[in-house]
Amino acid sequence: MSSAVLNSPPTDPATRGVLLELRGVAKRFGAREVLKSISLNIASGEFLTLLGESGSGKTTLLRLIAGFEQPSAGEIWMGGEQLDRLPPYKRRVNTVFQHYALFPHLSVRDNVAYGLRVKNTPANEIAGRVDQALRMVKMEEFAASRPSKLSGGQQQRVALARALVNRPQLLLLDEPLSALDANLRKQMQGELKSLQRELGITFLFVTHDQEEAMALSDHIALLRDGALEQVATAREIYAHPATAYTAQFIGQTNLLHGEIRGSIAACGVLRWPLDAPDGLVIFSLRPEAIRLSADGKRQVTEVKFGASIRQQLYGGSSELLEVDCGAGQFLRVRIPVHGPLSGKRDFVFSIADAIRVRE
Amino acid sequence: MFSRAYKTLVSLPPLLWVSLFLLLPYALMFAHSFWAVKDGLLIHQWNLDNYKTLLAKPVYLEVLLRTMRIAASVTFCSLVLGYPLAYYLSFHSGARKELLYQLVIVPLWVSYLVRGYAWKTILGSEGVLNGFLQYLHLTHEPVSFLLYSPFAVVLMLTHIYTPFVFLPIYAALEHIPRPLVEASQDLGAGSTETFLRVILPLSLPGMIAGATFAFVLSLGDFLAPLLVGGASGTMIANVVQSLFGAAYDWPLGATISVCILLVVLSLLFLTERLEKRWSFK
Repeated sequence: MSSAVLNSPPTDPATRGVLLELRGVAKRFGAREVLKSISLNIASGEFLTLLGESGSGKTTLLRLIAGFEQPSAGEIWMGGEQLDRLPPYKRRVNTVFQHYALFPHLSVRDNVAYGLRVKNTPANEIAGRVDQALRMVKMEEFAASRPSKLSGGQQQRVALARALVNRPQLLLLDEPLSALDANLRKQMQGELKSLQRELGITFLFVTHDQEEAMALSDHIALLRDGALEQVATAREIYAHPATAYTAQFIGQTNLLHGEIRGSIAACGVLRWPLDAPDGLVIFSLRPEAIRLSADGKRQVTEVKFGASIRQQLYGGSSELLEVDCGAGQFLRVRIPVHGPLSGKRDFVFSIADAIRVRE
Repeated sequence: MFSRAYKTLVSLPPLLWVSLFLLLPYALMFAHSFWAVKDGLLIHQWNLDNYKTLLAKPVYLEVLLRTMRIAASVTFCSLVLGYPLAYYLSFHSGARKELLYQLVIVPLWVSYLVRGYAWKTILGSEGVLNGFLQYLHLTHEPVSFLLYSPFAVVLMLTHIYTPFVFLPIYAALEHIPRPLVEASQDLGAGSTETFLRVILPLSLPGMIAGATFAFVLSLGDFLAPLLVGGASGTMIANVVQSLFGAAYDWPLGATISVCILLVVLSLLFLTERLEKRWSFK
């Protein structure tokens, strides 16, 4: 991606203010409550991802911000302005649609120029900005083509240029990569990320793909049934999931249901000392936190257990094991590539890696 | 995949149908236009006299021009009525869409003749409309231009062909992906601008198809002028009909038919090019 097109001031993370503020935003379609009182701040210049399963309300939230739907309750504020009172065409927000929604009767150039034309921008300024935007997404040689002549990835780039040429304060992206094949998708992820860094525009990205969310985002807002489950950086949300749902949705995990009694945590056959009040608990233990114990020894901060290997899935850079700890307790273990394993082995994990989560 | 015998068998019926009911009649018509009639007998002698007659007597050209004017008026009125109807139904009718759609289509199930006679009753000097105008004291005598005039023909044909114009426009509008409308608003265009820059251009192929229907069907119509047209509303098809009937001049009738056919064919050629130019798939 070439030089910055939008001449926006460089954003210093320390001085970032709040750009978008959702205050108790709710949305009902008839009796169905799609969003339940969402409150969320988006900092200026950040890349925030709305992550969730289909039906979690993430696209509805995006459409509320774009102005295609009206909230049933709550307010949306952007830069001192109440956004939800404005029609979509008066909001300084632009959208990259899921299936691009390029105008089929207009050339690539006219598609990109559309937003500037309807705002009566002078013709010579339009020409310059459109050229810049097309160069930015490396589509200048396709300027005269019709969208139907372009591949999915190329249409994606045009859709980006068409939105960014308007210099929005906030760019909304509705699963923009979902229609691309795996390789192109990875490539576009990289380009999106560097584009966002370069331009300093705030991106609000919607996806159901947790890997994509982790790769791209400064912050991830995980939605579940129309409510925010957790908002955190990708690293935080993976390392310290607040709930069992988050732990399972983001990456793979082992959920250990158990009990604390007398400062001992007991989950099935596993037990370790834990200074916490008595009660029922759930722990999330990532597969890669467990490793083979080479010499059968363990530190005091570790838990050791024997388990027989049930299944071994080779994954190129690592292997995923399913092990049986006895008494019907199965765990998934991710280890560096090892070679065929069988029979009973000793495993260890660090107590600190067993993260206590809410139901 | 399919055997040769199977393919032959399947293509036979349409081939027969087209030859028997399309190609043969047209060939006969074409041939007749170069023949002549003498003393009530058809003479199979090749000549160009009929075409010369057409050019020599301005009355035929006049009627043909009037017919095209009427067809153009019908096309215009049907578009003016059909487009907003289709637009409203497609974009703003909500849950009543199906019902309204059926209501637009229902008149197509009523016989053409019944609708023609209905207009006669409405427009006549003793008709509903004149009665109403007199009741309102807007006029003291029946307004005479209502019935038996080109106006009446245009009115009746517009009523009949508006659904034909409505249908392809409605189909074109229904095929416009709604995210395109949202994208337009998202990029800063209000409703009017979105309509002019996105919806209208994308519905053009439907408009062209509908306009072609209305124009071509009106061009060949002879019942409407017969029922409500009167002398001043005579159209070219009536002339052809009388030449084939009472006047017993099949060659001249065939010559006029060939001319109409040429007009229609060039029109279809033109609109097909236009539709291709404006389709984006």
